[in-house]
Amino acid sequence: MADHFDLRFKHLSPKSASQPENELAPDQQSIELEPIAPESPTAGGGLTRRSFLSGLGATGLLAGAAPIVVAAPAASLAQPEQGASAGNTTLTLNINGKDHTLRNLDRRATLLDTLRERLLLSGTKKGCDHGQCGACTVHVNGRRVNSCLSFAVMHQGDQITTIEGLGQPGNLHPMQAAFVEHDGYQCGYCTSGQIMSATALLKEPIGPSDEDIEHAMAGNICRCGAYTNIVAAVRHVRQLRARA
Amino acid sequence: MQTFEYFKPQTVEKALITPPPARYIAGGTTLVDLMKLTVETPSVLVDINSLPLASIEKLPGGGLRIGALVRNSDLAWHPDVQSFYAVLSQALLSGASPQLRNMATTGGNLLQRVRCAYFRDPDAGTPGGYGCNKRTPGTGCAAIDGYHRMHAILGTSDHCIATHPSDMCVAMAALEAVIHLEGPKGKREISIAEFHKLPGNTPHIENVLEPGELVTHVELPKPIEGARSVYLKLRDRASYEFALASAAVVAKVENGHIQYARIAMGGVGTKPWRSHEAEGALTGQTATAASFRTAAEAAMAAAHPRTDNAFKVELAKRCLIRTLKLATA
Repeated sequence: MADHFDLRFKHLSPKSASQPENELAPDQQSIELEPIAPESPTAGGGLTRRSFLSGLGATGLLAGAAPIVVAAPAASLAQPEQGASAGNTTLTLNINGKDHTLRNLDRRATLLDTLRERLLLSGTKKGCDHGQCGACTVHVNGRRVNSCLSFAVMHQGDQITTIEGLGQPGNLHPMQAAFVEHDGYQCGYCTSGQIMSATALLKEPIGPSDEDIEHAMAGNICRCGAYTNIVAAVRHVRQLRARA
Repeated sequence: MQTFEYFKPQTVEKALITPPPARYIAGGTTLVDLMKLTVETPSVLVDINSLPLASIEKLPGGGLRIGALVRNSDLAWHPDVQSFYAVLSQALLSGASPQLRNMATTGGNLLQRVRCAYFRDPDAGTPGGYGCNKRTPGTGCAAIDGYHRMHAILGTSDHCIATHPSDMCVAMAALEAVIHLEGPKGKREISIAEFHKLPGNTPHIENVLEPGELVTHVELPKPIEGARSVYLKLRDRASYEFALASAAVVAKVENGHIQYARIAMGGVGTKPWRSHEAEGALTGQTATAASFRTAAEAAMAAAHPRTDNAFKVELAKRCLIRTLKLATA
């Protein structure tokens, strides 16, 4: 699968006649990650809520008057296919049962940033980025981990499951359905991490009580405080499993 | 974050070839975190996750041999650990979060770096940043005159007062674990009591590892027959928090008298804090509240509290008393 740098940043590329050129101000810096780009074009290339918001965000950044950090230097956007630069690598990740080959990936890219920014699997969220909040929880070889504290390059050969691979609308995982039924969220930002943790704990040797659920869910922080309903959702699925 | 070269060797021999400043990476829960903060800036990462060091084996002599790559959750839930080294299982399960325990390894936990907020500040030890002798020797210790509620009261020096953050190591200190190392100069083993170093005037040197040396195994001695072991951790919230004070106790009581006691404390020392003083005060004594109190006083006799962490002295005493009650009940 080829990288398509220009898909998401089409509106920023100097080559595009339909868009004005965007030069970086001298005091603007590049963040460490390379430009955001999907590894495969979205079907039909149509405007989705996600692509609209993503484009809006990037445009807003470049157009903003404040001395802000922007996604990438214009030069690298103009020459995205210059081959792997020093510090970059090519690797294949197995995500939700499918192999994805990532070319010219910065070795510093965490699994979290790679999922979100390169594969556009934005269901996995970035909260603290330091392993303290659990919003980035995914499964690696069936076990829950913080994807923010792992470099993508360390996961060649691993089976990675994200919230997108757990279930989809119309075919929800029982835990996803239970979170809906029990209202296990308010703003929803921590929810995918909560659900990834909650599904993983079903296979862990923890005790049967609500207190055991609370301890097992301690690595997932909910700033809205939906904990009571989260525990209810997890309890519900555990009871379903116990009966089955 | 500084960019780095990356290697993933398949054997210990190949892992040992890479010369410093290469850093070994296993679970990454400390190293990746600190690389993001530019506290750690390795130019080469040697990913050791493929090395054959992920098993737990019973030894002929009755001990347990734990590979350096055994994840904290696997160690905590191992039937032999739960049955014969309960203090270790409890300590592991009291640390970090389930996700982190799935990543963090036995070897990595031994090498956890401190949680001192001054140490973790990206600019610490640089001109204009906080003084941190651990980051840059000679730049001072901002914690001593700063906010140090979480900091150590035992084993501190004028150069560093950061608390050793590990729970696992505290349990291993009470179990008298032996650390197995392999390096360019060969293999050696060292007791956990000698593995970590006091800060003294070299707080940047945290353990005895030489450049390029790798932790390969941890060995637990044969369990003490008839002994019970308990880990108790006191913290600001019920889970997912570092200790304010913790205690690991392995104790054996016969006819109401304490025949055997191994005591280590966490959250209070600059290294996992084995208390020979408390052990000495207990051995041969009756298992009563009075002797527990005497042991707790002995454990904290050398405590050097400061403005914000003075509460830890009494908290640690009560923590130890409570743990002794549980272990001898």
